[in-house]
Amino acid sequence: MDPKIRTANIDFFYGSRQVLRKVTLDIKEYSITALMGPSGCGKSTFLRALNRMNDIIPKARLSGQVLLDGSDIYSAETDVVEVRKRVGMVFQQPNPLPKSIFENVAFGPRMLGINHRSKLEKTVERSLKAAALWDEVKDCIDQSGLALSGGQQQRLCIARALAVDPEVILMDEPCSALDPVATLKIEELMYDLKKEYTIVIVTHNMQQAARVSEWTGFFLSGELVEYGKTSELFKRPRDKRTEDYITGRFG
Amino acid sequence: MPRQSFERHLHELQDEVLVLGSMVASATDRSMEALKNRDLELAKQVVSDDRKINRKRFDIEEMCLELLSTQQPMAGDLRIIVAVLNIIVDLERMADYAEGTAKIAIMIGDEPPLKPLVDLPRMAEKSTVMLRRSLDAFIKRDAEAARQIITEDDEVDNLYDQVFRELLVFMMSDPRTITRATRLIWVAHNLERTADRVTNICERVIFAVTGKMEEIAVSKY
Repeated sequence: MDPKIRTANIDFFYGSRQVLRKVTLDIKEYSITALMGPSGCGKSTFLRALNRMNDIIPKARLSGQVLLDGSDIYSAETDVVEVRKRVGMVFQQPNPLPKSIFENVAFGPRMLGINHRSKLEKTVERSLKAAALWDEVKDCIDQSGLALSGGQQQRLCIARALAVDPEVILMDEPCSALDPVATLKIEELMYDLKKEYTIVIVTHNMQQAARVSEWTGFFLSGELVEYGKTSELFKRPRDKRTEDYITGRFG
Repeated sequence: MPRQSFERHLHELQDEVLVLGSMVASATDRSMEALKNRDLELAKQVVSDDRKINRKRFDIEEMCLELLSTQQPMAGDLRIIVAVLNIIVDLERMADYAEGTAKIAIMIGDEPPLKPLVDLPRMAEKSTVMLRRSLDAFIKRDAEAARQIITEDDEVDNLYDQVFRELLVFMMSDPRTITRATRLIWVAHNLERTADRVTNICERVIFAVTGKMEEIAVSKY
């Protein structure tokens, strides 16, 4: 099967500082791929390169290719808005808009020109259900999204990402601000979501990578050191640097 | 230095495996000595010491569970702990064979000896040497040494064949020896099994070092 996303020889620079070196990696459709590595290894930069979130950073420069279903998202003909619609993102800190729960989820579809109330209602309900939040908020859908707990806010952000019907969801440390119970809920949710979406998650938490993903990539100093089946990588890493990192002998 | 306390616990765990291994080797040696010298007191001691060995095995298992649940070991560390969990089962079973031999010594009691024991003590000695070396290979992470030890199981198998043939001749020529000879065949069988268990340990050493699960040891029995 062709990969959902294929990156070929990505180099990435902030000014003169190179933060990614020749990263080549295939991301399988309908699977969860985890990217891990120490702080500053380039994993988040790599994640953001997958939907051109780095474009807004001054003096940032990328070379190489990011192919989404075979088309280069950095080519001149590509519509960035379309890319970000197809490749959604969830961030480390839950960041609901200061609006009602309903409007948080309806925000994306509205931006895409959908204003028909019943259509929006359907989308909001579907998205909140997919994000496993519907039952908890269906009776207070007009309350502020900011009134929810941290874990609920993160699921609201996932619902917001789902509302525009993405194909890929990028998650940058989605559980690092959450308690273990809320973390478990997000992990369960990811497991359900991968039936319909392709998920790429950056995590500092090795156990989380081991628990949730089928594929894991280990980054070090901007380089993809090892990439393979999660079960193999944690049992029998091929590279000594991976072994040192996952056994805590790093540094 | 990262994970110092984990490293320390991992060392302690391996030290405990060595202690258990040496208890088992001693039980095997002493059971043979009790049989050879008709030392019933020593035989009873081996039987009662088996409880200490079982206890030690459970203690080590407990240590493994604690490390698995609190430290989330990965890769090589994970493989070592899983190897330990398997090795202690083999060690505990080897101790049961030694206990079996000690019980046979008690059963034989002061019956007149069938013949001076020569090959059985050799089997015991070879098995315990293999056992000690296999644990040394584990501590040194020496997969090559482990592979070498596995091939030496043939020597124990050959001694077993020899003992069996010899005792068969006794039984055929004088049926009154059947009971005594059969008991000695049980002892030989215990020792043959003991050496087989050593090859299991060696396979676990290879797994811990290389990550590959290979069944190398194909015993005749």
